[in-house]
Amino acid sequence: MHSVQLGGIDYAILILYFGFVIGIGWALKRFMKSSEDFFLSGRSIPAWVAGLAFLSANLGAQEVIGMGACGAKYGIMTCHFYWVGAIPAMVFVGIFMMPFYYGSRARSVPEYLKLRFDEKTRGFNAISFAVMTVFSSGISMYALAKLLNLLFGWDFDVSIVISAAIVLAYILLGGLTSAIYNEVLQFFLIVLGFIPLVFLGLKDAGGWSGMQAKLTAVATGKGFAPGAWGESWQNMSSAAANPMGVEWFGMVMGLGFVLSFGYWCTDFLVVQRAMAANSMSAARRTPLIASIPKMFFPFLVIVPGMIAITVTWPTDLMPKADPISVSRFLPANSKPEAANPSPPGNPAIPTDAKAKPGPSVDELLVLARQNGHGLIPPKIDGKTKMAKLTKDGKLEMDYDLAVPMMLVRYLPTGLLGLGLCALMASFMSGMAGNVTAFNTVWTYDIYQSYLRPGKSDDHYLWMGRAATVFGIGISVVCAYAATRFNNIMDMLQLVFAFVNAPLFATFMLGMFWRRATGHGSFFGLLLGTGAAALHHGLTLSKGAEIGLKGGWLGSLVHTYPSEMAQNFWTAIWAWTTCFVMTILISLATRRSKTDDDLRGLVYSLTPRIKEQGVPWYKQPATLGVIVLALAVALNIIFW
Amino acid sequence: MKLDVRFPIGLMFAIFGLILAVYGLATGGSELYDRSLGININLVWGLVLLVFGAFMLFLAWRGAQGACADKKAGDGPPKA
Repeated sequence: MHSVQLGGIDYAILILYFGFVIGIGWALKRFMKSSEDFFLSGRSIPAWVAGLAFLSANLGAQEVIGMGACGAKYGIMTCHFYWVGAIPAMVFVGIFMMPFYYGSRARSVPEYLKLRFDEKTRGFNAISFAVMTVFSSGISMYALAKLLNLLFGWDFDVSIVISAAIVLAYILLGGLTSAIYNEVLQFFLIVLGFIPLVFLGLKDAGGWSGMQAKLTAVATGKGFAPGAWGESWQNMSSAAANPMGVEWFGMVMGLGFVLSFGYWCTDFLVVQRAMAANSMSAARRTPLIASIPKMFFPFLVIVPGMIAITVTWPTDLMPKADPISVSRFLPANSKPEAANPSPPGNPAIPTDAKAKPGPSVDELLVLARQNGHGLIPPKIDGKTKMAKLTKDGKLEMDYDLAVPMMLVRYLPTGLLGLGLCALMASFMSGMAGNVTAFNTVWTYDIYQSYLRPGKSDDHYLWMGRAATVFGIGISVVCAYAATRFNNIMDMLQLVFAFVNAPLFATFMLGMFWRRATGHGSFFGLLLGTGAAALHHGLTLSKGAEIGLKGGWLGSLVHTYPSEMAQNFWTAIWAWTTCFVMTILISLATRRSKTDDDLRGLVYSLTPRIKEQGVPWYKQPATLGVIVLALAVALNIIFW
Repeated sequence: MKLDVRFPIGLMFAIFGLILAVYGLATGGSELYDRSLGININLVWGLVLLVFGAFMLFLAWRGAQGACADKKAGDGPPKA
């Protein structure tokens, strides 16, 4: 008997959910009359709906699975992604940047770049963004199908086809409005699906204090100070003192400033939701409204990961069948990660590795109980089907399974269906966000600008629908490519990181310095991207192999204590290079845009917005102050 | 607003809540709940979802009432 089973009731809930998702698209179909309706929801979305969609579009697989994994791996320090990273950036984009995005009537982020700078800057941004979105959506689909296959034994192809078909159907029917409405639905699903999980997990771990006590043992077992998993700031004075391997400056500057501001302020995927708002005031409130639930999301997505390493599988949930031997996945002489280091084991790689199946979910449970860390099983290599070892010969843990394992551990049939819906919702909202951003950028910034300008609006509406179809088509191809060439996906993500890291410098100078020129921004961006690649090629993180993880330029200049530290510093170098070079090149080149051209696009040339008739508690500035105060309070409480 | 998003949200969660609560009642005390530490979480959370769904439906209904009242009062069509 399988120990993880979906009952008829779980399937009923899942099918009902799919019905509602497509039903929303169906109900909105008759409103899709112009391209603006399809791509920008006719700029008619109320602030709270846009706000929740703004949050939900980002709440993809990476968030739900990745943040849970980080919670297990690094503990409560992961909250910095929220309380230092996202929240200040969301306040900034709402108060300072939205007036230019919304006020300029640009239909996309690349279009703003065209209005502010020139055609080549826009082209560069539009093309790199379009490629990135289809690949991200493909990776999302791949991860979902792999997970469903592992947990419930679903067929990989069927999972891909179903998730692609559902997202395709609801976007094709209702465009951005449909994506936004479904994102709001998904927001509530994720919140209401994860609360019982956190509640049961915390109860099992002995409450918050019980979990903290067990985390102390985890921290000391790995050679850190007792509070390394339960305190967010106290171990940040040096990189060696915390599991993340980052010191406070790299954290605040790299994650808090460059990466978070770069993402929340310039990524069209999220900005598009605010652009669809029904007024300037609503557009400015969109990120601010989103930031309030965002602040409390660590308790839903990070805490489950922290719980997962403090509790264990009870015997009565183990497979009821004959004792399962899992030794075939384990190299000889391997020890669990938490144990003392043993001499490096040499995993014998069987010659018929391809024919060998990976572990079933039952075997995974046994592996987790016998050799894992809490609920988390060791990582099984996709090619050799053997447990992976770290450089010092310990078993590597598959932290990405922290949240899925929590779901199957605590939710009984019935609620498991709801949890599964929440998980699928997160993957699908991530996909849909990418697809709607892709079809808009493709149609407005690539097709209308370079391929077929001057056609009728009907033609572009048709193109948007076609772009939805082939965007999802390419994503499906990417999902299959990921099954064969995992490294290609990693490489692409690396390249995107290089392109994205300097972008925030371009926007900052563009919005706040009228002297910044088109040449300055374009070459500044290129040089910033180059600086990111150069830094990555010359550095490596401790224990990593030369190649995709860095150091590919031959000589190593610096070795970081962790990959995360390396990423943060890559971003810092890229941003600084782009910032400085854009200034220098701008000063050396002539302005192509007059002050008149830049009205509404640059801070000093735009009249301040007076929010008239808006009560004080709805003023963006008031909201911003409240949000920041709350974020500071959270930092202090969990210091 | 063209379609009040609170309506489908309310409806979906009310149905989910109803299904889970009824299922929870029918399976009370079964070993199904060993997983959830002996708590009949289907019943408990089903009721929570039901209340949440009903509240959303109430908000959607009130919104629709408001829109109708605006029309009747001759203030012109409600703002899109």
